[in-house]
Amino acid sequence: MDVILVREPGLFTTVQDLGREGFGPMGVSPSGAADAVSLRVGNRLVGNAQEAAGLEMTLLGGTFAFPDGAVVALAGSNFGATLDGKAAELWTSFEAKPGQALKLGPTQTGARCFLCVRGGIEVKAFLGSASTHILSGLGGFEGRALRKGDVLMIGATSGSARQRRLSARALKEMQPRKILRVTPGPQDDWFPEASRRVFYESAYRVAEETNRMGIRLQGASVVKAAEGELTSEGVSLGAVQVPEGGLPIILFVEQQTTGGYPKIANVISADFHSLGQLRPRDEVRFERVDEETARSLLRKQEKLLASEELLFE
Amino acid sequence: MLRLLQQEAVAGVRNLHPGYCSLLVKFDALRMQHEEVEAMLREYLERLEEVELPEARLVEIPVCYGGEFGPDFTEVAALCGMTAGQAIELHASVEYLVYFLGFVPGFAYLGELPEALVTPRLAVPRRRVPAGSVGIAGNQTGVYPFATPGGWRLLGRTPVKMFQADRDELSLLAIGDRVRFVPISAERFVKLEKEWT
Repeated sequence: MDVILVREPGLFTTVQDLGREGFGPMGVSPSGAADAVSLRVGNRLVGNAQEAAGLEMTLLGGTFAFPDGAVVALAGSNFGATLDGKAAELWTSFEAKPGQALKLGPTQTGARCFLCVRGGIEVKAFLGSASTHILSGLGGFEGRALRKGDVLMIGATSGSARQRRLSARALKEMQPRKILRVTPGPQDDWFPEASRRVFYESAYRVAEETNRMGIRLQGASVVKAAEGELTSEGVSLGAVQVPEGGLPIILFVEQQTTGGYPKIANVISADFHSLGQLRPRDEVRFERVDEETARSLLRKQEKLLASEELLFE
Repeated sequence: MLRLLQQEAVAGVRNLHPGYCSLLVKFDALRMQHEEVEAMLREYLERLEEVELPEARLVEIPVCYGGEFGPDFTEVAALCGMTAGQAIELHASVEYLVYFLGFVPGFAYLGELPEALVTPRLAVPRRRVPAGSVGIAGNQTGVYPFATPGGWRLLGRTPVKMFQADRDELSLLAIGDRVRFVPISAERFVKLEKEWT
């Protein structure tokens, strides 16, 4: 079986696919790629099924050697990749010859870059998914972030791979956003008009202690109206919860499945991938849209991801 | 409702998150409209009487109270105006019901805590609560399956693994189970911990 040698793991690199949906009753959140759009495109570039597992790098990439060679693609943010010293392009598949190494550095754009390899990364599935859930140490490669010296298995492939490239139009439409579109949350009415105005009119900064569980924001406090505590209830990906103190937290892919803080809004599905590209100190704003708009934006995104014109050869 | 939706899964429904008195139903917004989901759920609501629930098990969880395992134990006993012995006896005196699992894999929300032990959460949550920690918050109690941040007051720790990926029943507890805590010594904790690993 072909392998990838981890020469340098980078800051925080994990094996991720599209996650395990459906285990909420056990308290298991889906996890999965922080920017699923990039992972799906990366997989298509190398001829994989879009749900194949790849490597998710965060802020600082690693160095990976391919002793047996591989067809690979990088998707997401620009981490200044080089293949044996020569610049390696994003959003296109290319061949790493036996013995070559792909080196990535600090990000020059957003928070995450995905390394997809033809055949996918092979790990023992947990609840049907290869995704790493860091907090519980489940799934992925030994339930943890990669370390120097790890050896990853590449899945079997058949046939030859043609070089593919993402179209400029698709790339433009997939650009991560800093203005996050939201629908009203289930406790929207716990917040008086003045607080909602603060929430929708202020710029928030992404806090340093942001991770795959939640994106913490700094800025103007959002004060809820009445006294009273929420009884713990199910919470959704993208929920914007407001704890005591009023600084919003956006629940992210490795979210808790239930929570007791009121939720003022929920980021729409079509903007989830943008959350995965937010870096500490980035500035974000919220824009309110209705459910129909949210649905049509998701439909548009899915149509783009399924379209034939997405990639060309 | 959760049981019914698990037994008769609806195409397009992707996940279910139970709470104390609610159920979050996640669905594929491109396959279903909110109104359709609501109509379907209303039909299910009419049928709740016919749902057969699995037999509740009684699960005993050994706990070593106080000391380094229960950093808030002394304070809780003091706040509640009782001796250490009384606090242990009280916490271990009742059968708790598993209301639901949530937060992290295998975390069971247990209730209700005897009135005399009811204490608010810590004002500042801990950044890291060790796995196996037994805590209380309001009228709830529970065991942290993994090392996570947490704001519950910690009374003790269990050597039992609450969630294990390589076990048939991943989660030790299921909704509807009954739980009783059994006080153990530090020596017994060490012995049981070895047996579990």
